[in-house]
Amino acid sequence: MALNYFQPLFEVIRDKDRCIKCQACARQCSNEVHKYDAELDMMISDSQTCVDCQRCVTICPTRALKITENNNQFRTNANWSQQTMTEVYRQAESGGVLLSSMGNPKPYPVYWDKILLNASQVTNPPIDPLREPMESRVFLGKKPRNVSFNEDGSVNTKVTPTLELSTPIMFSAMSYGSISRNAHESLARAATELGIYYNTGEGGLHKDFYQYGPNTIVQVASGRFGVFKDYLETGAAIEIKMGQGAKPGIGGHLPGQKILEDVSRTRMIPMGTDAISPAPHHDIYSIEDLRQLVYSLKEATEYKKPVIVKIAAVHNVAAIASGIARSGADIIAIDGYRGGTGAAPTRIRDNVGIPIELALASVDQRLRDEGIRNEVSVVVAGSIRSSSDVVKAIALGADAVYIGTAALLALGCHLCRTCHTGKCNWGIATQRDDLVKRLNPEIGYKRLVNLVHAWDHEIKEMMGGMGINSIEALRGNRLMLRGIGLTDKELEILGIQHAGQ
Amino acid sequence: MVINANEVGYFDLNKKIVECPDEDITVTNAMGQRYIGCGVAGKKITVEGTPGNALGAYLDGSRIIVHGNGQDAIGDTMNNGEIIIHGSCGDTTGYAMRSGKIFVKGNAGYRVGIHMKEYHEYFPKIVIGGKVGDFLGEYQAGGIIVVLGIGYEDECPVGSFVGTGMHGGYIFIRSEHEPKGLPVQVCCEKATDEDKKKIAEYVEEFSVNFGYNSEELLSGNFYKLTPNTASPYKQLYTHN
Ligand code: SF4
Ligand code: SF4
Repeated sequence: MALNYFQPLFEVIRDKDRCIKCQACARQCSNEVHKYDAELDMMISDSQTCVDCQRCVTICPTRALKITENNNQFRTNANWSQQTMTEVYRQAESGGVLLSSMGNPKPYPVYWDKILLNASQVTNPPIDPLREPMESRVFLGKKPRNVSFNEDGSVNTKVTPTLELSTPIMFSAMSYGSISRNAHESLARAATELGIYYNTGEGGLHKDFYQYGPNTIVQVASGRFGVFKDYLETGAAIEIKMGQGAKPGIGGHLPGQKILEDVSRTRMIPMGTDAISPAPHHDIYSIEDLRQLVYSLKEATEYKKPVIVKIAAVHNVAAIASGIARSGADIIAIDGYRGGTGAAPTRIRDNVGIPIELALASVDQRLRDEGIRNEVSVVVAGSIRSSSDVVKAIALGADAVYIGTAALLALGCHLCRTCHTGKCNWGIATQRDDLVKRLNPEIGYKRLVNLVHAWDHEIKEMMGGMGINSIEALRGNRLMLRGIGLTDKELEILGIQHAGQ
Repeated sequence: MVINANEVGYFDLNKKIVECPDEDITVTNAMGQRYIGCGVAGKKITVEGTPGNALGAYLDGSRIIVHGNGQDAIGDTMNNGEIIIHGSCGDTTGYAMRSGKIFVKGNAGYRVGIHMKEYHEYFPKIVIGGKVGDFLGEYQAGGIIVVLGIGYEDECPVGSFVGTGMHGGYIFIRSEHEPKGLPVQVCCEKATDEDKKKIAEYVEEFSVNFGYNSEELLSGNFYKLTPNTASPYKQLYTHN
């Protein structure tokens, strides 16, 4: 028998004094880690398949469980980490491309954590959001260059359609197929209650969710799954997916075994066939071609909906964004290299793309320099983890943010990063009925509403501290930011000064 | 109703078409205006001249007849209906088309029928009279593409890389010459009489549209291309 080179990544520790052998952990673990041994009358576990999703730890009634990192170690080597070595073993055994999920976990710099916010002292007093009105509403879309009035004082400027958000946060694209029906329903209902938007991803829209259309952004990707007239007309906006931060330059691929009845109906493809989204849109090789798709969508929906173009943050993102702003798109969404995914080749996820902070700063600057910043709104994604990340993003020039991973965390995700196996114990990244029903959309949507409400309040508090009472006045207000521990070059790209300056 | 497209931009032209109460519309003097019939349902649109790119994109059950050549992206993501081109047309004809029919009398460009897919009662059909460029039926996930090669009997009427990434549907090529350089995921065999029954109806319609003899066309030798798996990339990955 061939030797198994793969050491368990985690260790299941069970406090035998506490365990009452209720077997809840055995029933709940889709990776079949826990088992009851009747002969020995005890619970046993096989750590090999454990992914540290923390489901068993959370449901154990006596708090008898603990999952820790396996401290069995290969000989320490600064160059060859255990992870790197294991990846070589994996590929030597299978000959396959390494597949991972969720965002890039590597220790690259997180610029949000190297940026500090300002607050007012003495002069220009802070504002207390609990007492004074604060405006966190934003409108996404083109802004007219000038406004003219009729004689009676009414506005005589043609405005293009915009999206109105009660707070500058939206749920980013996650397709039905990559996440469960209950996760989708939670996002849709939360977006509706909050007055924001969620995004269908590229998997089409389930008929049951058409009712949330006014708070839905429908996506059109290279595979065009589930795209047809009703779909386009149902959404409040249409997003063309050109790229994704977790896998720039790579298409999507939902394996046939995840295309079950309902997903197949939504994507409008037969059950069991792979859903392949090629890396490029094969009709787009230039900004002019992109313009054609933007306008064909506008024509099909009678110019009633804003069109978003989503790209991954890559090296020359500023030039690309400038092209998109001229393509007729109303909104540009930029996804940084830490953006989440249901599945991406590990090497791509961990090595391709650039941080959203730098991408955003350079895009905003470029669009301003070219005098076309008003032509588009800029939405950023790719790891917005908290309300302070939101405030920093807006001060760097964003109009709003997309949150994906944070939204899933609100639904119970523990970032075990094994979404691609389809066995999510939290009922999120799975299509298995027994697992999906663990996520109650009634509870899920309320948790999402709570999260966004809390962030909204924090955003207002931070703005108030700076003496700013509307998002409009915060946007691109880089004077409110200072860098900490950054090089001159980094400060230059971010367009901010160093703390103390 | 007749709409003269002479010196009318695409925006105004398409507005006129969408707002026109008549079911039967003729557009004359088309000169490359894009998006004609884009997403339109329940109309018959006859175009004289040359319509621009994205003709009948997201088409939802209309009939479009072009007396002239078409350009790129005809019937992009078309959901239903019929597009008949009495000439040749450009690249990505029928991109991601889900249902309905496209008939082209002459030749078509690259990537014809790319990402075409089927679903239950939705079943897209493309029949090209002449020859096509490279990447015919790339990523095809359903439906039928027929290339008749009329006038190109001495060569195989398809370009290279036919059916790359194909994982559903059929491609039929009327030729004595077997297509070369096919990717591994595509099976190619001579069509039997039984196979030909699958396309008889569409070849017949093509013949009626453009004045050919369908029996004669069907009596020729056809190659049938099918994917050999519904999951072409299954073996490629290892969980990390
Ligand atoms: S859930 Fe806790 S108490 Fe129940 S069998 Fe598992 S470890 Fe023991
Ligand atoms: S969604 Fe589920 S599988 Fe994916 S990281 Fe979160 S808990 Fe793990």
